[in-house]
Amino acid sequence: MSKIKAENVNVYYGSKQALFDVSIDIAEKEVTALIGPSGCGKSTFLRCLNRMNDVIEICRVEGSIKMDNLELNSRKLDVVRLRENVGMVFQKPNPFPKTIYENVAYGPTIHGIAQSKEEMDQIVETSLKKAALWNEVKDRLDEIGTGLSGGQQQRLCIARAISVSPEVILMDEPCSALDPIATAQIEELIDDLKKEVTIVIVTHSMSQAARVSQKTGFFHLGKLIEFGPTDKIFKNPDNQQTQDYITGRFG
Amino acid sequence: MNSFKKNLLKKRYNAERRFQWYGKIAIGLALSFLAVFMFQIFSKGYSAFQKTWIVTEVHYDKELLLIDAESPSKDDLENADYYDVAYKAMTSLDPGLPEEEDRQLIQMVSYKYEAEVKDLLLKNPDYLGKIVPIKLTASDDVDQVHKGNYPRDIPEENRRVNDYQLQIYDMLNERGDILSEFNISFFTSPDSREAELAGIASSFMGTVFSILVCLAFSFPVAVLAAIYLEEFAPKNKFTDFIEVNINNLAAVPSIVFGLLGLGVLLAVFNLPRSTPLVGGITLSLMTLPTIIIAARASLKAVPPSIREAALAMGASNMQTTMHHTVPLSMPGTLSGTIIGLAQALGETAPLILIGMVAFVNTIPGTPVDPAASLPVQIYIWSESAERGFVEKVSACIMVLLAFLILMNLAAQIVRHKFEKKWS
Repeated sequence: MSKIKAENVNVYYGSKQALFDVSIDIAEKEVTALIGPSGCGKSTFLRCLNRMNDVIEICRVEGSIKMDNLELNSRKLDVVRLRENVGMVFQKPNPFPKTIYENVAYGPTIHGIAQSKEEMDQIVETSLKKAALWNEVKDRLDEIGTGLSGGQQQRLCIARAISVSPEVILMDEPCSALDPIATAQIEELIDDLKKEVTIVIVTHSMSQAARVSQKTGFFHLGKLIEFGPTDKIFKNPDNQQTQDYITGRFG
Repeated sequence: MNSFKKNLLKKRYNAERRFQWYGKIAIGLALSFLAVFMFQIFSKGYSAFQKTWIVTEVHYDKELLLIDAESPSKDDLENADYYDVAYKAMTSLDPGLPEEEDRQLIQMVSYKYEAEVKDLLLKNPDYLGKIVPIKLTASDDVDQVHKGNYPRDIPEENRRVNDYQLQIYDMLNERGDILSEFNISFFTSPDSREAELAGIASSFMGTVFSILVCLAFSFPVAVLAAIYLEEFAPKNKFTDFIEVNINNLAAVPSIVFGLLGLGVLLAVFNLPRSTPLVGGITLSLMTLPTIIIAARASLKAVPPSIREAALAMGASNMQTTMHHTVPLSMPGTLSGTIIGLAQALGETAPLILIGMVAFVNTIPGTPVDPAASLPVQIYIWSESAERGFVEKVSACIMVLLAFLILMNLAAQIVRHKFEKKWS
């Protein structure tokens, strides 16, 4: 089942073109990994999926990106509603400098998801449990989120993202600032989450892509070179460039 | 290591040592200027916090007071004639003085001595008919003599205190009837033409009201402008133009804002002249660019990752700004505001232009009452000829400096205590 269908997406930063005719089908409740060398456009593509490129004034997106037949690349689209459905986890953990509770409760508050204090407590607890952070923080929910360790902060950001029950979660190199143990925890978490949500993850670590994803797309110089099942991409890619990148000959 | 290399190394060390010395000398020079400045002000000003009194005896004689009633009411005491009683209190210091010379004694106390005689009886009605000791404010000349600021060795005709008065002073001083006490009236009295009575109450309140008005006008406008420019406005030539103009505005000489206040606030809007309301609005024009620049800088310092986090959670631009960016930028904005206000606190020129230089001998109760301000008070007093005002000028500078130091301290505390650290 296709969740997101991108067709001929071109992205420009001013006069510089960053993505060339990218077409991709992202399947529902699967993990799709986007790999490629730095500056290849994988993050740019990821940010098209929740319209975060709107923040960059000189950025222009052309082409069609459909999520459940809703055109995302349209002026009429309400980005607030879109981002309620498409959560995002960033490269560097960026919890709000507020309490752990407030961090998780922020999304449900602004989107009016919880009707009562009890309901909100419930949402915060479930989100933190799903993010495998509950046991570590349940006694100090009123402490500042930025005081946690790096790995905990990133899991807090994941808890924050899932607090509004999004259908899709975008992850932009979520483990690049973390140590191997924290990385393993996040990867386990991704595995759990894919039962309920569609995940698109950008990663520099090929082993991570191989471990967590079902589909992998390889980007190079703004083009989607190859896209297919992770097994095939890593064991038997069709394209010579993919082969070279995966075996570490460039990138 | 060959000798050439050794030489090079030695040169490098020497150059560094010399450079450090230049720096130390520069700092030492700056500190010594500051020390001289402070010493000047403190050595001249500290005596203004002491007030000199002359102690004498007053006889509250019912006949001289022209009170007929057996047990006079408060009103009777209020309306009694104190001229003779007060006069006698002073002339009794030297009963042998011929009547035509009595002015010499009266001049040794402030012109308000009659009121002081009256106040004492009103406070203690049972003194009626008794002879009691009384403290009278010494005139500024006697005050200066007592503080040792008045040279006694210049020829008599050049002196404001003549030989006879000095003789009386010495006699009283020997008897212990010259008192020196903490000068409360310096803080509680309005300005006066007489140095011994002049205080900073009116100018202090004027400054407080001006700063409050300035804050009320400039803070909301500046913060809204900064938020709009930084978070919402498109980045184009027009907003660049506005930014350049705001930065230029911060460098405009303050007297120009004074002219603007005079031409617009007084002439067009007919606001009351010489009031902290007009002064505050004029000063707010000055602080506006300072606060805008500080607020924009602290908004810029909020990491973009926080904005992205909020936006990605589905917060609108407005929610992102109001829930996250603005609260995080507040410490920087507030300390910038306090620094802007501290600048406004010391401004004199614009206030002179809008008429806050007027002689005000009432304490303003609201921002629309006429008032002076501390820096203007310094200016007014520094123009006065009497010796008594010299120490007042320095004392007023000390109060202003204390005010400034307190505000800058507050800015520092706000910045360090509430500013979030970004790793």
